[in-house]
Amino acid sequence: MAQLTFREAIARGIAQEMRRDESVVFLGEDIGKAGGVFKGTVGLLDEFGPVRVRDTPISEQAILGAAMGAAMTGLRPIAEIMFADFFAVCWDIVVNEIAKSRYMTNGQMTFPLVIRSGNGGGLRFGAQHSQSVENWAMMIPGLKVVVPSNATDVIGLMAAAIRDPDPVIFLEAKALYATKMDVPDGEIVDTLGTAKVLRNGTDATIVSLGYMVPRALEAANELATVGIDCTVVDVRSLVPLDTQTILREVSATGRLFTVEENPRLCGWGGELSSIVSEEIFYDLDGPIVRITTPHIPLPAADALEDMAIPSVERIVTTITKSMNS
Amino acid sequence: MTTTTITAGPTDFETKLGMYRSQVALRQFEKRAYDLFLENLVKGTSHLSLGQEAIAAGFATAMKPTDWTYATYRGHAHTLARGVPMTPVLAELLGRSNGLMAGKGGSMHLTSVEHGVMGSYAIIGAHLPIACGAAWSAQYRGTDQVAVCFFGDGSTNIGAFHEALNFAAIWKLPVVFVCENNLWMEYTRTTEVTAVKHPAADRASAYGLESIIVDGNDADAVYDVAVTAIARARAGEGPSMIEAETYRHGGHSRADPGKYRPDSEVAEWLAKDPIPRYRARLLEAGATEEQLAAIEAEVAAEVEQATEEAKAGGIPGEDLLMKDVWADGGSSWRN
Ligand SMILES: Cc1ncc(C[n+]2csc(CCOP(=O)(O)OP(=O)(O)O)c2C)c(N)n1
Ligand SMILES: [Mg+2]
Repeated sequence: MAQLTFREAIARGIAQEMRRDESVVFLGEDIGKAGGVFKGTVGLLDEFGPVRVRDTPISEQAILGAAMGAAMTGLRPIAEIMFADFFAVCWDIVVNEIAKSRYMTNGQMTFPLVIRSGNGGGLRFGAQHSQSVENWAMMIPGLKVVVPSNATDVIGLMAAAIRDPDPVIFLEAKALYATKMDVPDGEIVDTLGTAKVLRNGTDATIVSLGYMVPRALEAANELATVGIDCTVVDVRSLVPLDTQTILREVSATGRLFTVEENPRLCGWGGELSSIVSEEIFYDLDGPIVRITTPHIPLPAADALEDMAIPSVERIVTTITKSMNS
Repeated sequence: MTTTTITAGPTDFETKLGMYRSQVALRQFEKRAYDLFLENLVKGTSHLSLGQEAIAAGFATAMKPTDWTYATYRGHAHTLARGVPMTPVLAELLGRSNGLMAGKGGSMHLTSVEHGVMGSYAIIGAHLPIACGAAWSAQYRGTDQVAVCFFGDGSTNIGAFHEALNFAAIWKLPVVFVCENNLWMEYTRTTEVTAVKHPAADRASAYGLESIIVDGNDADAVYDVAVTAIARARAGEGPSMIEAETYRHGGHSRADPGKYRPDSEVAEWLAKDPIPRYRARLLEAGATEEQLAAIEAEVAAEVEQATEEAKAGGIPGEDLLMKDVWADGGSSWRN
């Protein structure tokens, strides 16, 4: 066991896989010498050298295009897009090229690659450096989407993503980079498409993702003090989606609350609500309620950003109100 | 600036004949594809390389089987030139299950990994960075493979073009960029919307590359620049940029008659048709009329057979619809 920050877990997860597989290479802006703008890749250049850990120009299309071309010819690249907002300048490569090419070629190609990116708000960076894009990624056929919420999961899910034969968008909540936890020693390998039940309750099920997971847990603890006993599920992987776990946990309590950092429209909770309504409607004891960032660009000022992103307080009041009505 | 005028081409005669055969095959195949489009058997769209065959034939002849082609939506010629048989290509255009991708890709996305045809890409410029990635992989794995990436003149104004050139140059990647300058985008003349006269060659120096312009309607000349650029890439000396001047005989796509082009311009370029030109050169060099006529007849028979086989192909079944989104062969996104 060692105390590890979320950001240190990134480097450890990548290093674990680069040690065991020569075909794993890593490219992105400022990832090598600088160790990443969020210091998530410190030490990788020293250990693996500049042939495997490559600093790139500010060319997001080239970074992802290169990752794709390398993946289709036998490598397992990891590409970094510094801020998830920057996906907008290279979204073509992600959506039209990487995601579609296996299908279009009738399975002639595979794309074992990982695109990792700093996602979401909480750091007061303003609208162009704070967006949560998990809903963009989730709606594209051909992309797997993973969003870890703690350091141990970062390592295990990173390993699973790198070993996976398909393209994985790996979104790291920037607001969690500084969080710490005890992480087991040795190799950690997790499984994509598995949600985790973090707390068992009887009254309501809170389903959350990434940055929202610690808040959901804290809210559940507060709710317990007023007699509302909640299950908390960490989705971890939007595609593939572990609907079995989620449906089971919603059925058990009869209530579903989603806590989503993405702006309201087409957030993952909308899809989940639809699945729950179609498949376990008669197990529900009350309405499904989505707690999300409003449908606005994220403001910069700390006071405003705090109003926008679901807070522990907002989760508690929303659930209390709904459970008591 | 190097303007290649010496037209040596392949030194052995068999290879020259092969390059002629390739050009004739591309020409006859695409004429048939056009007829089938007019018969509404080729659905959707198709972009022909009629008039541009010398580039595909010249490069494919200079490439090793292990090298990679990255093509655009105007990719029938580049696909066939690498040795992909006519039947699956035509069947793909017809949307049949015996198509190259069983009908899942269509005319604009021809791919045959087995033949080194690593995809045809229909978003302008996107495949230049992708070709860089393949070249990076060859460099990393220490193979001698080279990626050759074809695109049009209009594609030199999109960001991905510039990102890819810089990227290839700084990493000294074994990639050859080939701009098929046919003067036109879809319906706009490229020079009208481009800051320089030679859309690719005039940009090369910005990335530390030599400006190379070649007569794209002369298969020997194309072959020669291809050999040099590919050898340079293989030797680890980095990328090249080649601008091949050419012209499409027809419109941009589908049944576009290309009326926006002045008659005199079309006539001038028809007179520079690469195929009669190469034919005359071969005759001069000692080929016999019978020899060339036999090649043409063989190709015609091949096109007939491909047409029959493609038309006889099955309609893709529902089993294909949900297949191969993922590497496990399926499309499941939940448990
Ligand atoms: C990003 C993007 N913008 C626009 C188009 C539409 N489009 C398809 S082909 C074409 C013209 C391209 O001209 P050029 O690069 O000269 O190639 P050519 O068709 O002449 O071979 C355009 C604008 C596209 N496919 N992708
Ligand atoms: Mg053009």
